[in-house]
Amino acid sequence: MTSTMQRSHKEIKNTNPKIIMFLCRWCSGKGADLAGTSRLQYPPNVLPIMVNCSSRIDPQLVIEAFLEGADGVLITGCHLGDCHYKTGNYKAYKRMTILSKLLEQIGVNPKRFRLEWISATEAAKFAKITTEMVEDLKYLEPYRKGGKR
Amino acid sequence: MAKLKTAIVLGATCAGCDVAILDLNEKIFEVDDLCEFVFWPTAMDFKIDDLLALEDGEVDIGIYHGAIRTSEDLEMAEILRKKAKVVVAFGACANFGGIPSLDNLPYDQSLFDLVYEQVPSMDNPQGTVPLEIIELKSGDELTLPKMLKDAGALNSVIDVDYYVPGCPPMVPLIEKVVDVLKKFSETGTLPPKGTVIAGEGTLCEECGREKPEQISYHAFFSPQETKKIDPDKCLIPQGIICMGPATRSGCGALCTKMNVGCRGCMGPTVKVKDHGLKMISALTSLLEVDTEEGMTEEQLEKIVQRIPDPLGTFYRFTYGSSLISKLHSDKEDK
Ligand code: SF4
Ligand code: SF4
Ligand code: SF4
Repeated sequence: MTSTMQRSHKEIKNTNPKIIMFLCRWCSGKGADLAGTSRLQYPPNVLPIMVNCSSRIDPQLVIEAFLEGADGVLITGCHLGDCHYKTGNYKAYKRMTILSKLLEQIGVNPKRFRLEWISATEAAKFAKITTEMVEDLKYLEPYRKGGKR
Repeated sequence: MAKLKTAIVLGATCAGCDVAILDLNEKIFEVDDLCEFVFWPTAMDFKIDDLLALEDGEVDIGIYHGAIRTSEDLEMAEILRKKAKVVVAFGACANFGGIPSLDNLPYDQSLFDLVYEQVPSMDNPQGTVPLEIIELKSGDELTLPKMLKDAGALNSVIDVDYYVPGCPPMVPLIEKVVDVLKKFSETGTLPPKGTVIAGEGTLCEECGREKPEQISYHAFFSPQETKKIDPDKCLIPQGIICMGPATRSGCGALCTKMNVGCRGCMGPTVKVKDHGLKMISALTSLLEVDTEEGMTEEQLEKIVQRIPDPLGTFYRFTYGSSLISKLHSDKEDK
């Protein structure tokens, strides 16, 4: 509630933010499918890229996504303990925790980069997180880091 | 045979690169036989006019060390490019922006105030701070070169022919450069443009430490925190951060021989696009691999918090030319 109130004072700077979303095939991807088949509403700003496991995502891909014009990057995977490959998401967590700290050091707004666990049944969480992130990014300038949009 | 006209130009440098040249010991006589120094202000009394007085292209070999940090560094680089047939980026600063490029972080006034006013050791009642211009009582002005927005590598402002990395370049590499110069002076041939005068593989190939089949380690340590470091085994499984897997070979594993993890002064190998990101990827795959299962987010977080400064750790020498530096932004509203 407070956050929407605060927001209402701020102006929208980016009507159409673009988010690159990495999904793992086994949990988050299924969660996204379920959101679709359950006809949940979620914003069309998210461009999904399916990978086998969240540990497959090299930090370089995140940076390249930004340089190709993304306003935000969202990485999703199975909850800890649920990884199809047992511990892929543990690696992703360590990796992305260091990366987000690094991004913060160089001045990247933390709202632009998120890591979330979404299981195959959590269609509602998928819709909630994507909506939330798109809303957040509307209040930041278009990123245009690689000179692209 | 005519000597090679050689100019050594300084950018934002600590001059360690000059000292490294003098570290050649008796090989320095070969340098003296080969080169006639037409500009080298660290070693002899030269002024900028001495360089400007030369014809364009008259200098055979132009060596530049230090980053491009100020308007003067930029100007000197441009003059050197005009005067020299061949330009060599010498040292980590000229190659990748080096340590000065760590200054490219979002500017924060509070840091400036801390350094010039608040630190307990500061005694500065008049609040003197560095300025680009001061006016003297006589009415004259004294000026310093302007700080550029960012510090960068030499090839961000001029065309560079050869690269010699390292902080500073190590004697064996400088000896290689001397051999290249010798061949040039005798036969007129040079290596292909863009050649990096260093090793090709990774530091790990050069480091004699024994690497276990499967590497796993628990938490990171600073060398001074560990009781005993095994001098024969790879440092990473001993919990010491070592940039070896992503770093170019050629230094002879100077640091790892001394039980100190490599900090990456030779820069990334050709295959690595971004030095730090590759290392983050590699190190996090190995961290606690045999014990991570079942850990909570808080536990994992605590372990990675042992790297309090990822930027300084993984980009000590290469931030200025890294991929991530392209994302560098002034602080947005949070
Ligand atoms: S590369 Fe190292 S030794 Fe050379 S100028 Fe830079 S900091 Fe100094
Ligand atoms: S100590 Fe460093 S350079 Fe040597 S093998 Fe291990 S990781 Fe590679
Ligand atoms: S071990 Fe690493 S930091 Fe040390 S000299 Fe070699 S490349 Fe540079």
